[in-house]
Amino acid sequence: MILTLLLIIPLAGGILSWMVARWSVLAARWVAMLATTAVFVIAMAVWLQNPAELGAGTRLIEVNKPWVPQFGLSYHLALDGLNLLLVLLTGLLAMVAVACSWQEIQHQAGLFHLALLTLVTAILGAFLAFDLLLFFFFWEAMLIPMYFLIAIWGHENRRYAAIKFFLFTFIGGLFILISVLGLYVYAGKGSFDYDALIGTAMPAGAAMLLMLGLIFGFAVKLPAIPVHTWLPDAHTEAPTAGSVILAGLLLKTGAYGILRFAIPLFPEASRTIAPILMALGAAGVLYGAILAYAQSDLKRMVAYTSVSHMGFVLLGIYAGNAIAIRGAVLVIVCHGLATGALFVIAGAVQQRTGTRELSRLGGLWEVTPKLGGFTLFFALAALGLPGLGNFVAEFLVLLGTFAASPPLAVIAALGLIASVVYALWLVQRSMFGLNVNELKPADLTAREVAILGVLAALLLWIGLHPQPVFDTVDKSLTTVERALPTGESYE
Amino acid sequence: MSELLWIVALAPFIGAFTLAIFGASMPKKIAGAVGCTSVGISWVCAVILGLNYTQPQEVSIGWINVSWLQVDIGLRLDTLSLAWMEVVTLVGLLIHLYASQSMYDEDGYSRFFCYMNLFVGSMLTLALASNLLLLYLGWEGVGLCSYLLIGFWYKGVVNCDSARKAFIVTRIGDTALAIALFILAWHYRTLGMQAIINGAPPVAATLVALLILGGAVGKSAQIPLHTWLPDAMAGPSPVSALIHAATMVTAGVYLIARLGNLFLASPAAMLAVAVVGTVTLLYAGLSALTQRDIKRVLAYSTISQIGYMFLALGVGAWNAAVFHFVTHAFFKALLFLSAGVVVDAQNHEHDIFKMGGLRRALPVAFWTFMIGAASLCALPFITAGFYSKEAILGAVHTSQAGAGWMLACGLIGSLLTAAYTSRTVLVVFFGEQKMEVSKRPGGLVVFALVVLSVLSIIGFVGWPKLHLGESSEQMLVVVSTVLVLCGIGSAYVYFSRRQLSEAFAAWPFGNALHRLSLSGFGFDWLYQRTIVNPLKAIAHANRRDIIDAFYTGLAGAARAGESLCKLMQTGRVRNYAAGLVFGAIIIAYIVAVR
Repeated sequence: MILTLLLIIPLAGGILSWMVARWSVLAARWVAMLATTAVFVIAMAVWLQNPAELGAGTRLIEVNKPWVPQFGLSYHLALDGLNLLLVLLTGLLAMVAVACSWQEIQHQAGLFHLALLTLVTAILGAFLAFDLLLFFFFWEAMLIPMYFLIAIWGHENRRYAAIKFFLFTFIGGLFILISVLGLYVYAGKGSFDYDALIGTAMPAGAAMLLMLGLIFGFAVKLPAIPVHTWLPDAHTEAPTAGSVILAGLLLKTGAYGILRFAIPLFPEASRTIAPILMALGAAGVLYGAILAYAQSDLKRMVAYTSVSHMGFVLLGIYAGNAIAIRGAVLVIVCHGLATGALFVIAGAVQQRTGTRELSRLGGLWEVTPKLGGFTLFFALAALGLPGLGNFVAEFLVLLGTFAASPPLAVIAALGLIASVVYALWLVQRSMFGLNVNELKPADLTAREVAILGVLAALLLWIGLHPQPVFDTVDKSLTTVERALPTGESYE
Repeated sequence: MSELLWIVALAPFIGAFTLAIFGASMPKKIAGAVGCTSVGISWVCAVILGLNYTQPQEVSIGWINVSWLQVDIGLRLDTLSLAWMEVVTLVGLLIHLYASQSMYDEDGYSRFFCYMNLFVGSMLTLALASNLLLLYLGWEGVGLCSYLLIGFWYKGVVNCDSARKAFIVTRIGDTALAIALFILAWHYRTLGMQAIINGAPPVAATLVALLILGGAVGKSAQIPLHTWLPDAMAGPSPVSALIHAATMVTAGVYLIARLGNLFLASPAAMLAVAVVGTVTLLYAGLSALTQRDIKRVLAYSTISQIGYMFLALGVGAWNAAVFHFVTHAFFKALLFLSAGVVVDAQNHEHDIFKMGGLRRALPVAFWTFMIGAASLCALPFITAGFYSKEAILGAVHTSQAGAGWMLACGLIGSLLTAAYTSRTVLVVFFGEQKMEVSKRPGGLVVFALVVLSVLSIIGFVGWPKLHLGESSEQMLVVVSTVLVLCGIGSAYVYFSRRQLSEAFAAWPFGNALHRLSLSGFGFDWLYQRTIVNPLKAIAHANRRDIIDAFYTGLAGAARAGESLCKLMQTGRVRNYAAGLVFGAIIIAYIVAVR
């Protein structure tokens, strides 16, 4: 019931917000805020109430009802440590997304909140589904509201970006569908249920092909190089809330898909392909960082840092030992918080100065010290400053990877240098120097300070006390670890 | 008692946090008071701990616990970290007091103290950390503060660029250190300092030690990663004194001394440390000879003095290295602070040749600078610097690992030190006065200078005395004393006789040498052309993301196909009929052939 509620509340909230907007836009915003808060509070309550069950690694809550038995489709939702963490993140970032649109979105605000909350519903569904067809349904359902968010409320080049986003993820989704269908046929149990499909025996070649289909779909969403090029455009053109959701949550569905489906369903094939995907991850870390440095558009720059950080996720997952995988999960969380915050900042800058072009910014620290301070803070988080969550995450990924492949760990570690280069460049070009363009933006409002303050506090907290995150996901990652017994010792 | 350790490390962090949140709305007096009080509390606790120190003690709480990896946030006090803790808190406090007055007229006063507090906290974390990951946290933290404080006057592009350079160059070393941490973690299955110090070194001891050396070289501004330090002088003088002279830049020395057993396991790595130290001390001494910016002279001098510490480490003389760290912290902080008084008094002029004759006009700066300079030159018997430098030279002389050429370079280094130091003193304080004194030091500034002056003289108390038993060691003292006097004398002669320096400048080879030394022997030039520019060019060449070209190509191909197909849609029935017939013929042909 709780799981169904988690899906109904945001959807109903979206519809209600849309309807209310005819009378009062402000009320519509509050409805959306309440709905997202409810999601977060429910997830938090589950998290706080179940420490023992989390430790046992069982599913905390589960619903499993036949839906369309003729097709083998069941309404199977479940919550374990891994997706509980992601549901928490979803609730939080959805609140951030609503809050940061408060002033930015004036055009069709009701429809905007409908799209936003439908998107949140679909994301929650994708995280919770334990039936592959149901998962696919939610996976595709994420596409449409995101498309509209970019195409209607986006910036100058929004149509191009929206179509590009749609084509990439849609084609990725097709491959996922083919793999799901193939798996269904091979299992021959007449069911798309996760528990029925796991452990399906099949020829190695077929398993590899089917897994590649899944991986392709997930890699597009992650994104991994070389299928990342939709991301910079989508990020740059999306409204702030869209970028926050995109970076903080949509990308994470790709990583979640790998952890939940690709590896447990195809353990042998995953083992075979792990080195290649690790290499792609390490290459992505460096490639994204180098591209980020060269960008002159603030949002595009942050978008490429996402490519870089998601490289750490791919690398850590396929390094396959407990340390690296936990590091990858922590990257997922911390990147969501830090990059989400950077997009909020980019949105605030654009809203105030009318530009994202770094060459037209500069010297903002003097006029907007709070904005400057937060920009510095989150840039430091992005470059992996120890004491903040991203450091613990990246350190664990690299440490774990070192056992699986020292050269790849070293290559990815070079990303630590590159991240300093781009992060400091970002801060310097936007905040330092002389205010030659005589920009006079207002400093952050109390609402924005609250949003960024919460995100900053969370990053600091995770950096100094990451253990709750590890304890939450610990047991639900065992299937992944068992599938990939690479590199448990070094020397 | 050991709970006091928490307070030592936490007090500055709490100060920084308070200033970060409330600093903007605080009156300056309160912001300064918060900044100084937090470090003061730290110092008092450090003194209490030091007076009661009997044996190593540790406090910790959990941090990361994943699989076999268990890392705590833990602090450990032993003799080595004790030395660092005392120096950092004491010098830190004095510099905070100095800055609370000298920086009073600056914008961003509370921001300054926020960063300074953060620095002291990070530095103490670095020194007291009971495991390498926490040490790394402090290590990066001090790097961050160095960046923030070099770029404190953020409106100047030069300051910002220097700040970034410092962070990026040291981060290169930090990454090497991080890789060493990976190897150590997998080898020992822990990052705890105790286990690593007492355990058997890994097979790849040389590699690990060299990677650690890489980290140390970056942070301590040794060749080849030294280029950031001279530029770091763009920051305020108290910053240069605290971070870029007394404490942070010696972190590399601390790291190597801390992990000494890893280095002892590899003679090659020890040799590398000694060679880096020797080459750097000579190189930086030669560069310091010609600098015109008073702070750059001191920056190169710092690089050179840390070179001495590395030399000591390389021959296994840990004690001598730590001893020199302590005395150097006192006298170099003193020199920087007193140079700060000079710069402030000369309308922020840094060029020593635009100054002069300040002996009478600024007596406090003159006398304190003289004391610092004497200690830096290692003037025999009356300065602390003499005892520590003699300890290093003696160790190089007696140690198995020391070589004759290292000792020779060390001795030439003392000559150079004496020469560039006396040059600065002569040019700045003697001769005729060229500029009016625009600002006089206040009470707190004078207080900090006087305390540091006293420490620069008696800072050797408490350390083991020099043994002058063997005649060769007595010989060494005599030789180095003579060299120091020669250095002072030659500087005096060179600057009292105009025609000599003019002749040198007129001589083409001399002129070239001068320019080479002034530019720090072209390291910046070389790096800019061989590393920075090519990397920048690559990044900019690919700023539109070459991979995306493939997809735009696909889209373009699809569009081209579309326009080709569109050509057929003419709307004329004739054409469609012709197409039908043509198609029918092809099909008929295919069928017939089969």
